[in-house]
Amino acid sequence: MKILVVDDFSTMRRIIKNLLRDLGFTNTQEADDGNTGLPMLQSGNFDFLITDWNMPGMTGIDLLKAVRADPRLSKLPVLLVTAESKREQIIEAAQAGVNGYVVKPFTATTLEEKISKIFERVQA
Amino acid sequence: MVRLEENNNRLALAKQLVDQLESGSAQEAEQTIDLLAGFNENNLFREVGRLTRELHNAINGFLLDTRITELAAHEMPDASERLNYVIQMTENAAHTSLGAVEAGLPLAEELGSEARVLANDWQRFQQRELSVEEFRVLVRQLTDFLRTTGDYSGKLHGKLSEVLMAQDYQDLTGQIIRQVITLIRDVEDKLVRLVSLSGDVNKQRVVKPGTVLEGPAVPGLDQRDQVSGQDEVDDLLSSLGF
Repeated sequence: MKILVVDDFSTMRRIIKNLLRDLGFTNTQEADDGNTGLPMLQSGNFDFLITDWNMPGMTGIDLLKAVRADPRLSKLPVLLVTAESKREQIIEAAQAGVNGYVVKPFTATTLEEKISKIFERVQA
Repeated sequence: MVRLEENNNRLALAKQLVDQLESGSAQEAEQTIDLLAGFNENNLFREVGRLTRELHNAINGFLLDTRITELAAHEMPDASERLNYVIQMTENAAHTSLGAVEAGLPLAEELGSEARVLANDWQRFQQRELSVEEFRVLVRQLTDFLRTTGDYSGKLHGKLSEVLMAQDYQDLTGQIIRQVITLIRDVEDKLVRLVSLSGDVNKQRVVKPGTVLEGPAVPGLDQRDQVSGQDEVDDLLSSLGF
């Protein structure tokens, strides 16, 4: 299971990577926005994408749209982990084809729940 | 041209006044003096009128810029609230981390001192210095120690995870501080324009704010259309068929 974590704050990337390691996912890579993340996804055989929304350069929602528009990536499960908590934003993300939405600040349990829920659905 | 004409008129009036005074026609001289004084008053009124109009235009132009009203009425007070929230979040994170460290240190300490005692007894056992009774006690102590170690390692993992999660403040406060920096730049820009306004009255442009990302929700602000936590996100998504 290869996971890409995209967030402009390196502290948040470390937190998420540590939580993933606790959950048994050790093969993780990082990117600091969509512009660096998208080429990694396109060439890297990733199984899962966890991304922030608000980032300089390419935002998480644009990255999500780019992923869904790319035939080779369109099925990639995507989890948004973001401080953006307006209803219209959550709806926008859902319409763009997000697989899960976690608002910051979050707990380790919430992240674990959302990730396993996504995998259950993907495998079903 | 106007000045020259005015001067000529004044000169004519002055000559007329001298004539009138010499010929002793006091009443007419009085009228001429009034006329002469009127010139100054007219000029003064014109000048005051021009200044008033310019000031009026400048103020109107400035008021038309709705950003300024927005800045003064909402965004500056909001910024103070946001910065207070940053203080609160960093304080909470520091307390959470310190609390977890304070709870974890004695556990590590206890495991260490227990291990040292057992290591000593174990060495005596290897050197065949223990009686049968002492050995039985050592076995009980070792069994307890192994159980405690498993238990404490779980507890320590929990405490370290608390410290890990507490670091999320850096992302959230970072986003808020960025917003405030943008606001300060905006205010600076307006102040520079206010200063330059005294010399040059520009046509003001009304800038429509685009859709901006809101960043972390600050308690007391931002309640408009914002969900209050993960549960509401889940509810909203499940209502959308997720």
